[in-house]
Amino acid sequence: MTHSLLSLAAFPNWEELQRVLLLTDYNTRIVIIGTTLLGAAAGMVGSFTLLRKRSLMGDALSHATLPGIALAFILAPTFGLDGKSLGVLLFGATLSGLLGVVVILAIRSQTRLKEDTALGAVLSVFFGAGVALLGVIQKMNQGHAAGLESFILGKTATMSSTDLQLIFVAGAICVGGCILCFKELKLLCFDDVYAGSRGYRVLWIDILLMGLVVIVTIVGLQAVGLILVIALLVIPAAAARFWTSDLRPMFIGAGIIGAVSGYIGAGCSALFPKLPSGAMIVLVSTNLFLISMVFGTRRGILSRARRRQRLNRSIDRQHLLRAIYESLELTQEAALGSVRRSVTLKDLLPQRSWSMQQLHRILRRTQSEELVEWVGSEIRLTRRGIIEARRLTRQHRLWELYLINYADVAPGRVDRDADAIEHVLEPEIVSELEKLLQDEQPDLPASPHDLSDSGVFRALPEGGSPQ
Amino acid sequence: MIQLLAMPGLRLLPADWDWGLDGQIVLAGVLCAVAASLLGNFLVLRRLSMLGDAISHAVLPGLAAAFFLSNSRDSLPMLVGAVIAGVVTALLTEWIRSLGRVEEGASMGVVFTSLFALGLVMIVQAADEVDLHPDCVLYGALENMTMTSVAGFSIPTPVITLGTVLLINLLFVILFFKELKVTSFDPSLATTTGFNASFMHYLLMVLVAVTAVASFETVGNILVVAMFVVPPAAAWLLTDRLWLMILLSAVLAAASAFGGHVAALEVPKWFGYGSTTTTGMMAVVAGLILFLAALFSPSHGILIRLIRRRMLAFSILADDIVALLYRIQERNHETSATFQNLQTILLSDRLSLKCVLYLLIRREQVVPDGQEFRLTDSGTSSAQQLVRSHRLWEQYLASHTAVQPGSLHDKAEKFEHFTTRELRKQLSDATNSPDVDPHGREIPGESVEQDSQTP
Repeated sequence: MTHSLLSLAAFPNWEELQRVLLLTDYNTRIVIIGTTLLGAAAGMVGSFTLLRKRSLMGDALSHATLPGIALAFILAPTFGLDGKSLGVLLFGATLSGLLGVVVILAIRSQTRLKEDTALGAVLSVFFGAGVALLGVIQKMNQGHAAGLESFILGKTATMSSTDLQLIFVAGAICVGGCILCFKELKLLCFDDVYAGSRGYRVLWIDILLMGLVVIVTIVGLQAVGLILVIALLVIPAAAARFWTSDLRPMFIGAGIIGAVSGYIGAGCSALFPKLPSGAMIVLVSTNLFLISMVFGTRRGILSRARRRQRLNRSIDRQHLLRAIYESLELTQEAALGSVRRSVTLKDLLPQRSWSMQQLHRILRRTQSEELVEWVGSEIRLTRRGIIEARRLTRQHRLWELYLINYADVAPGRVDRDADAIEHVLEPEIVSELEKLLQDEQPDLPASPHDLSDSGVFRALPEGGSPQ
Repeated sequence: MIQLLAMPGLRLLPADWDWGLDGQIVLAGVLCAVAASLLGNFLVLRRLSMLGDAISHAVLPGLAAAFFLSNSRDSLPMLVGAVIAGVVTALLTEWIRSLGRVEEGASMGVVFTSLFALGLVMIVQAADEVDLHPDCVLYGALENMTMTSVAGFSIPTPVITLGTVLLINLLFVILFFKELKVTSFDPSLATTTGFNASFMHYLLMVLVAVTAVASFETVGNILVVAMFVVPPAAAWLLTDRLWLMILLSAVLAAASAFGGHVAALEVPKWFGYGSTTTTGMMAVVAGLILFLAALFSPSHGILIRLIRRRMLAFSILADDIVALLYRIQERNHETSATFQNLQTILLSDRLSLKCVLYLLIRREQVVPDGQEFRLTDSGTSSAQQLVRSHRLWEQYLASHTAVQPGSLHDKAEKFEHFTTRELRKQLSDATNSPDVDPHGREIPGESVEQDSQTP
């Protein structure tokens, strides 16, 4: 929908593009620098609120600023101030935003209402009060309230160099505060109880974090408006989380994603007609979020799927090797190391609950790793395969023996229990098991349970009989 | 009733109240508030309040798309668009939470801000073609409703829409009361007994979206959240019964709609301004009701909890005074029972001690004796029971538990206030009816008359 409409608008030519993106034009320069800075600061602060699970607190806070703005406008003339000056309005916004946070905390601790209800109630009631006050202002004689409403949806185009200075100072405070108190904030996010036990004042760190959120929100009001400012706090931080599980890179990444969103969003808004900058900044960051969610190297969907696939394949391979080894053991009790007999697929099929297709797929992969080879229509372990299969079977049996001897697991059930854990046994654990079971089994212990008894796990043959 | 409200002497209604015009506004407001608060009960109970907020923001692109496609402000395409957007919000929030492993609040934040931004862009793009302004979506326009004529009467369109939605919501709550109850309080039980909890969840979300859309023309999409959340929250503070909570929330919602309109006309005049918008004041009045409920609720209010705590503290202090006077008598008045000494030993503040002593004197358990205080017979009797409880506990803890001898007294000091006659008998039996406690002090006998100890 947006695309078809966008194409109606004339696409900007190269010079326009250059003029806006390289910041040569005075007006757009201020706007773009301002939103970029704001995005960076919000992203950085947001990474802490995200980890502290306070993302939506910023939403309630930003809505709660509206009555403060309106009240400041109404009361300013009584104190001899200009009701339209940004400083006065933002002062009012700060006060009522903070009041909103205090009310949320009070509702949460003093009544049976839960956090979500406290957030929803404060958000909507404060906003309602703001709307009512705006209604009063509209009917006042002196001045009109047109300027005030821009706080709700944002109006970047009117940004002046004074505003830029304000954003610059606020951004510097936020980034500086985050870096100076990095250790404290980190402790707060990951283990606040531990932080308390180490003598940190958890409440004060919390207040510091909320203070930083207030600063970002207040400054962001002008650029993106009070409904969307929460997006700047949440989205870049959530996007950065997909790329790393370390706080420091996440902090920097969130800053970069926020800055890029601010830059591109404001740039688009300047280049194309009728694109509100606040909404564009949010949409750009949403796109970055989606890209991160899919392609993120640490927690992205693709990378997690790939990691899981790799694990599953390795488990399949281990199952196959052990199945071949054990069926060899079953048919021929002679010394196994020297004999390389082949097994048929029919032998393997009842060993596990795998279908013929699955078995073929696993065999193909294992063959390409040169662990098994085909001999006519039968399968044989290669030399490497034998070594690996013996190692796996040994691990499995050691664990089974351990479970029988030390955990009182019945021999009939032990196969299944060991099956779940054997894939993640580390060499140290294996050597510890060896030490524990030293006197019992020298090389490769015999299976503690009857191998021909297929057990629960293998009692699901696809074709042949279970025997 | 109506005449009563409008009587000039009562001044409950503004002087220039006009039932024709103001009545319409109040009616639309009440319908919207009640419709929203019916569903809101389940949002509050299931901790989904913010999902209600998210959906009411996120219906914007659905609305905008409906405008584009149908090129009109008809209700039907709008509702369809909103339902789709609402379900998409709930689904996307869930997907991002589970697929991307993002914390629920954050995933909600991502989804609804993105959808709202998308809707905003769409509306601004089409501002020339369609008559729709973001402001109208945000605040609504209860004062300028369009009119439809039905059967010869001119009725505001939103009244018809909201009335229908209210009816649907009411039917939903009545028909699915049992299912909603189970899924709200125990979703896993609901699943095991065969209710489809996720079906109920999405049905609720669809209705939330429908209600949000039907309300946006009247109260706007942020203030409808106030009606979703605030009256049910206040009702939950007042009762523990679900049906009563639903009923109360509807009454409170209607009251805030009515009060909101009156306040919008009246309150600004107190400060010398004109009237203001009703929608904003509706939220403010609802907030006020929540505030009052939180403070004065007879079961869960902040005030009643404070009073209960104070009463308990007083009753424990009274126990302590009586027991202390008994011990002083037991030790032949080695320390004198003056006010100053009592205060030092009990670590109490002057005011509470004075209050409690006054109460004890009125109950004729303690009498002042010059500078000192003395137990009366009834006071001695209740002191004996306390001291007996205390020493039995010490004996029990020493013989049956691994409590260190040094901390016996502190533990017994806590238990003694909550020990009944029955429990004393059990303690005594468990410790073979001892005569002395571990410190060698005599354990007083059980009183003959009815247990006089206050619980």
